[in-house]
This record gives sequence, structure tokens and C-alpha cells, in this order.
Amino acid sequence: MRRRRAECNRPGPGPRYSRAMSVLSVTEHGLYCPAGDFYIDPWAPVDRALITHGHSDHARPGHRRYLATDTGAPVIRHRLGAIALETIRYAETRRIGAAMVSFHPAGHVPGSAQIRVEVAGEVWVVSGDYKPGPDGLSEPFEPVPCHTFISECTFGLPVFRWRPQAQVMAEIRDWWAENAAQGQASLLGAYALGKAQRLLVGLGDSGGPILTHGAIEATCRVMRAQGIALPDTVPVTPETDPRTHPGALVLAPPSALGSTWARRFGQASTGLASGWMALRGVRRRRAADRGFVLSDHADWDGLNAAIRATGAERVLMTHGYTGPFRRWLAEQGYDAGIVATAWEGETTEGDAE
Amino acid sequence: MKRFAALYTALDRTTRTTAKVEALAAYLAEAPEPDRLWTVALLSGRRPRRAVTATRLREWAAERAGLPLWLFEDCYPVVGDLAETIALVLPPPAQDSDLSLSARMTDILAMAAMDEPARKAAILDAWDSLGGTERFLYTKLLTGGFRVGVSQTLMTRALARATGQDEAELAHRLMGDWTPATTSWQTLIEAPDPAAALSRPYPFYLAYQIEGPPEALGVPADWIAEYKWDGIRGQLIARGGVHFLWSRGEDLITDRFPELAVARDFLPAGTVLDGEILAWKDGRPLPFAALQTRIGRKTVSKRLLAETPAAFVAYDLLEDGGTDIRARPLAERRARVEEIIAGVPPGGPLRLSPVLPFDDWQDLARTRGAARAAEAEGVMLKRADAPYLAGRKKGDWWKWKLDPLTVDAVMIYAQAGHGRRATLYTDFTFAVRDGEALVPVTKAYSGLTDAEFREITAWVRKNTLQRFGPVRQVAPELVFEIAFEGIRASPRHKSGLALRFPRMARWRRDKPAAEANTLDDLKALLEAPDRDAGSEGQRGA
Ligand SMILES: [Zn+2]
Ligand SMILES: [Zn+2]
Repeated sequence: MRRRRAECNRPGPGPRYSRAMSVLSVTEHGLYCPAGDFYIDPWAPVDRALITHGHSDHARPGHRRYLATDTGAPVIRHRLGAIALETIRYAETRRIGAAMVSFHPAGHVPGSAQIRVEVAGEVWVVSGDYKPGPDGLSEPFEPVPCHTFISECTFGLPVFRWRPQAQVMAEIRDWWAENAAQGQASLLGAYALGKAQRLLVGLGDSGGPILTHGAIEATCRVMRAQGIALPDTVPVTPETDPRTHPGALVLAPPSALGSTWARRFGQASTGLASGWMALRGVRRRRAADRGFVLSDHADWDGLNAAIRATGAERVLMTHGYTGPFRRWLAEQGYDAGIVATAWEGETTEGDAE
Repeated sequence: MKRFAALYTALDRTTRTTAKVEALAAYLAEAPEPDRLWTVALLSGRRPRRAVTATRLREWAAERAGLPLWLFEDCYPVVGDLAETIALVLPPPAQDSDLSLSARMTDILAMAAMDEPARKAAILDAWDSLGGTERFLYTKLLTGGFRVGVSQTLMTRALARATGQDEAELAHRLMGDWTPATTSWQTLIEAPDPAAALSRPYPFYLAYQIEGPPEALGVPADWIAEYKWDGIRGQLIARGGVHFLWSRGEDLITDRFPELAVARDFLPAGTVLDGEILAWKDGRPLPFAALQTRIGRKTVSKRLLAETPAAFVAYDLLEDGGTDIRARPLAERRARVEEIIAGVPPGGPLRLSPVLPFDDWQDLARTRGAARAAEAEGVMLKRADAPYLAGRKKGDWWKWKLDPLTVDAVMIYAQAGHGRRATLYTDFTFAVRDGEALVPVTKAYSGLTDAEFREITAWVRKNTLQRFGPVRQVAPELVFEIAFEGIRASPRHKSGLALRFPRMARWRRDKPAAEANTLDDLKALLEAPDRDAGSEGQRGA
């Protein structure tokens, strides 16, 4: 069945974007700019890759040359090892072939970028993953005026509406305090890159000890080394005795929650921080004690506002609820289409990012 | 409503029964009495009828949210629940109100008499004054679909803790056809009520399916065997010159079976029989499908009475001469049932469920094997010295049903589940081989673990051939063993067959699609004795 995979993974029915794409077009390797002979977040090895951010569906190994933001680069290097990586500052303009490119804050994780590509006066912006609301950690999202906006829509349905971050953090604090009062650890599942540090910043002043799983601690170390201020954490090692940290908050990747690794914390209360926790069905299926609705992606209102702010006439959807969101935009008067990419949004399982 | 929403959240958040009972007991001790009464009503399945159609709710919610209807419809399968979808798409509430649960319920009940514009205005106003969980619950209550993972037994336990009353006494009080509109907390729970006591049934004792070979139960002499009938479990009550018939769903169905009025004439005063209601003609039971023609009718025509007469087949006695004898051993209670039925004219609608004699387990296995010929589903095993317990308790009563029939079939369509399983593909259509072709024969959506559903969901995503709305046609590769209880010819189905109670028995990872069963294999089962009957519900032990 592997042979069918290529067609089957594509988004569902709905018009595909078929018009000749002057600035960017999809090839089997990824989103390609013929004028500059480069790709953005390609999914197969290429000569030159512009990378929006370090999540594994966007920053993949095997390219000959990489270009990423200076603040996003350390994590990408950490994840991909010895690669030929050049960096660029936000808003700095660089010529690649006949294209002018610049990177702009996407507010998704530290160093994450939207990539602006201008060819002969025609401006396209690739959103990567983005979140318009401030999270206290990532460089805040900035709308970039363009003719064509290529946008993700992971949470592109009107059932997804985030509450202010402070409210969600307060909920997590209450849960943590409740567990601590009963001498229980609070085991909170969150992505190792971005979400975990966002939680740290949001909860770090609570006074209680925060323990970290190795995957999260490694990313924290990289960020601290580049000068991002993060609250103190206690890395969990094979020698860690949970009894010396009663009532601690333990940050771990979602996949570690039900694992033998988690067993050392005994009767811990488990929580998950994800946009998908907005749905009761997902909350219950994931079998964590608590679900906290916290996403590093735009919600319905965020997507609509961000798209409006670009002033774009044409919007192309990459991943998420592309079908309904395209139709919605078309009804709002946009020239809307879908481009099939291999990028993923926040997943319900939490193993991709 | 806020207090009720907090209770719901607490109950929904935990799977631990102790935590659920604790949360519920606290609520039942502290909430205002009308709210307690409503909570007890809702948790015992006494939901008001749906106040408005789902179609109208969708339209009004989409309109209020400023969304095209198609977009609302696209959200629904993702969320998997109509009330939750509505709660999520509506804008945040403009007003803050804390009308109590009982006030909200009274409003909902009043909607039945309203014209549509008034009903719409009332609902929009409520939506606009409720946030988050409260809005979700309110909408659930509107649609008549409110459910929470608390069994009646747990609820009764919590109620006992909150009121300091005896659990069994409370279980007794809660039965019957009361609603919050016809009673009060004081009357139902606190005050003695002799009139209501006359009709009150006992909680049914429910059996478990036996898990291994019956040898594990020990000595055959300790056990009493009977047929496991395929009818409606019922309690026939004769007290004070009147009679009552209750079904296991705790519905009073006296009027639907007028032939059982003979109970007034022939049962001693203060008799409560436990047994099975069956369609019965010419000395033998008719298939369940025949009984179904009687269930839905409030008034029964003479013709129907003649065509499909019903009988009450008794197998236990709970009250004898006005005394609760549930604590007496079964053997003693059975002996009394036999005496009582012996005093009833033979051949009539009051019958005895015979004891099936057996010397050893082999012997009983043979009787069970022939159960189908007696229109039974298998046999029941009841410990001779056991009291009559309330609810489903393991140990004394076992059902030993006939083995289900099975077929190995190929999955051809998959659809996402609902509620808890909204993001998983759990509803499948299965086909059997017919030459080179695959003919769909049944749908099934239960029987696998969450882990298996997750694995299949990942597979479905990668092996989709075509999409039809929420349904995906998948590569015909996965084979599942489908268990079912019966099969009948059905011209409505493409295969010409319909399976009864199909479910996935296991995933046959070892079998390629080419080795799945054929349509001819299934047709051969049609020749076998008729096992067909109707729907589940209040049936069986
Ligand atoms: Zn990302
Ligand atoms: Zn992504």
C-alpha cells in the first residue's frame, strides 16, 4: 500500500491550485521558487532550503544548504546535527537569484518565521506555522503585506477559539496546586520545542519545582545558550528520586505520558496542553486526567485576522482543514486555493509538531 | 446551572468510581432541592423529550454564529457531538446568568407549548447567557441527549451517602414513572408514600455472561438452570387488587399487555414475580420480532391480541404475601413460584419457566446446544442458595448464551466515530467475497481496543482510495472476524442478507483479503434454524 501513499495523503476534495504559479510552485520536493532556485521547508533533499522553523515536518535533514533565522538556527542545528546553515535576521532582505527574500516573526516558537519572497514586484508570503497572539516567549507575529499568502490552517474551523493565555496558565496553576496539596506530581505533556518553554515561562514564577524530561531539557539548554531567559528546571535523570521533589510539575513530551519513564512519579495526575484539548472527544480519548487548551497555532479568529491583515487577494491553504477553510475564504471574496504539502499541524498524538 | 456544570465536569473528568460518588454525594447534599431532584431524574434516565429538532438547532446556531450552514455541518463530524459543536461555534455569552438547573429545565419543558418563533427566541436567549460547559449541557438537555458516565447504582450510592438512607430502600423509591413535574424531593426521597409503594417494583438482578467453561462454577447440584429467553425482562406485581407490569427499562407497561390482567384474579395479594414477557402461541414462544409488534402499541387491537398473544414466563418470586423475600435462597423462592403458578389455570398467559434438569456440565451443554429449537438464546445458571440481589453483581447469576456466529470479512469503508472517538475511524463497513467482487454485508463499530482503533485510523489515512463526505473508501486489505447473533434474508440489502448484532470479534492480521469468507458461506447459514429477532434494549437478564 506504500505505493498509494503519495496520492492518498493529499487533502480532500476541493479545487487544487492549478494556475501557473509565478513566484512559488509545488514540486515533488516541496514548495519551489524558480526565480531563486530554492525551496521553502522542502520534504525531500534539495540544494537550497529556506527553513521557517525547527519542527520536524518543516526542518528535515539531507539538504545541501540551509537558511534560517539567527534565533531559530540553534535548535535546527541541535536537531539536524552538522548542516551547512546560514542565518538571517528578521526583516533583513537578501537576494537569491532573481528573488528577494526576507524572514518575519511567525509567533509560533522562538525564531519561527514567515518567509516573504518577492519576484519582479510580485510578493508572496509563506506563513510556515503561526500564532498571532503573544505567548511571552516567541517573537510576536507580524502581518506581512503581500499579493499571495500561503497559510496553514491547522485549526481552521470555527469550533477552535483560544482563550487568553493567562486564563489557561491560571487553570494549569490551579491543577498543579491541587495535586501538590495532595502530595501528587503533575505530569504535563507538551511539545519539546516551543510549547514546553512557553509553559515554563508562564508557570516559572509559581515557586514549585519544575522537572523536565530529557528531550525538553535538551531544547531548553539550547535556548538558554542563545540567551533566551527560561526559569530554572531540574532535569530528570535515571538517578532522580521523585520523593525529593514532592508536588513537582513535570514537563514531558506527550508520548512519554503513559510510558515506563512516567511510572517513577507514581500516582501522578496527568495533563496535556494542546489545541486539540478543545474537543471533549479528544480529551477523553487521550486518557490524560486533564486537558488544557493551549496551541502554538492560530485559532479560527486568528487565521481570519491574520489573512485580512496581509491584504492578500489570493490565499492558498497548506495543512489543516484546507477544504472548508478554502471554501469559507472563497465565500468571503478571496481567490482561495489549496496547495498540497507534507507539512503537518499540531497532531492529536503529539508525535509530530 | 453553574453548580450543575461543575458537577458534570467533576464526573466527566474522572473514571474513578469513588471520586464520582464523592462529587455526586456532595452535590446531592448541598444543591437546592429542585436541582437535586432534577439531577436524580437525569441520572436515572428521566430525560425530557427533545424540545426542538436537531435541524432547527443547527440552523439557529449557525445563524447566531454568523456562519454558513455548510461550515457548521463541516464542524460537526470533527467535534462528533451536536451540542458541543453548537457550544463551541457560538460567540461568547453577552450576559451572565445563573439560573438554576431546575429553572432551566422548567423553561425547556415549557417550550413544548410554544410556537417556533418563541421557542427560537428562548433558546437564543439561553445560549447568549451561558458559557462553556453550561451552554454545552443546556444544549444536550434540549436535544434529549444528556448522558454522563454514572450508573444508576453509583447514583443511588451517592444518594444514600447524601441522605443517610439505606441504598436498597432508595433504589426502590427511585423506580417507577415519576418525573420532577409529578413529584418533589420531599415526596420522592424523604417522605413515606404508601400509594406509590403499591406499584413499586424491585430493582432487577442482572446476570453476567459466563466467562469460561461452566466447570469453574463447581458442583452442578449447587446450580439451577433455566432457558435464557429472548423476550422482555419484566416484573409482574399484584397488590391490593390491582396489577402492574414493569419492564427492565423501568417502564410501566401494564396497558400494553392486557392479557396479563389475569394476574389480579389468580395471583395471591402481595405477589411480585420476576420473569420474561414473550410472544407465545400454540404452546411455544414466537421469535422476538413478533413481540416487537406489541411493544410500541399503547392500545392493542383485538386482532393483534389474537395474532400475537403474549405470556409472562415466571422464574423468580420477590414478594410473597406482601413480604419482601429477596433475601431467601433461590431454591426456596423457586419452589414458591411453582406453587403459585400451579394455582393459575394452565395454558393461559401466566406460565412457569421450567427448571432444566442436568446431572453434569456436559449434559447442560447439550441442552444449551438445543436451546435455539426452544426459541431460547441459551441457558441461565443461578446459584440455588443465592439471595436476589439488586443490579449487576457477579457470582450468582450467569447467562450461558449460544456461541455467536462468525464470518471473516474485509473492511471497505471507514467513518470517524462520535464523542470520545471523534478523531478515530471506528465505524466500518465490511464485505465478503462473491467471485472477484466484494459485496458489503454489514457495518460494525465496536469490539476493538482504543489502541487497535488508533492503529487502524493511521492505516485508513494512508490507504484511502476515495472520500465521500465523512466516509473513506479504503484499500480492501484488512480482514476482521465479525461475530453476530443471527442472520436473515433481507431484500433491502445488496447482499440479500442482514446480520443481527454484528461486532468485531478480532482483527485477523493473519488473513489476507483473498481468504475472507464468501457470500455463499453466509447464505449457507441462512439454512440453519432461525435465530433472528429484533433489537436490544430492555431485553434479557
Ligand atoms: Zn511547527
Ligand atoms: Zn508544522
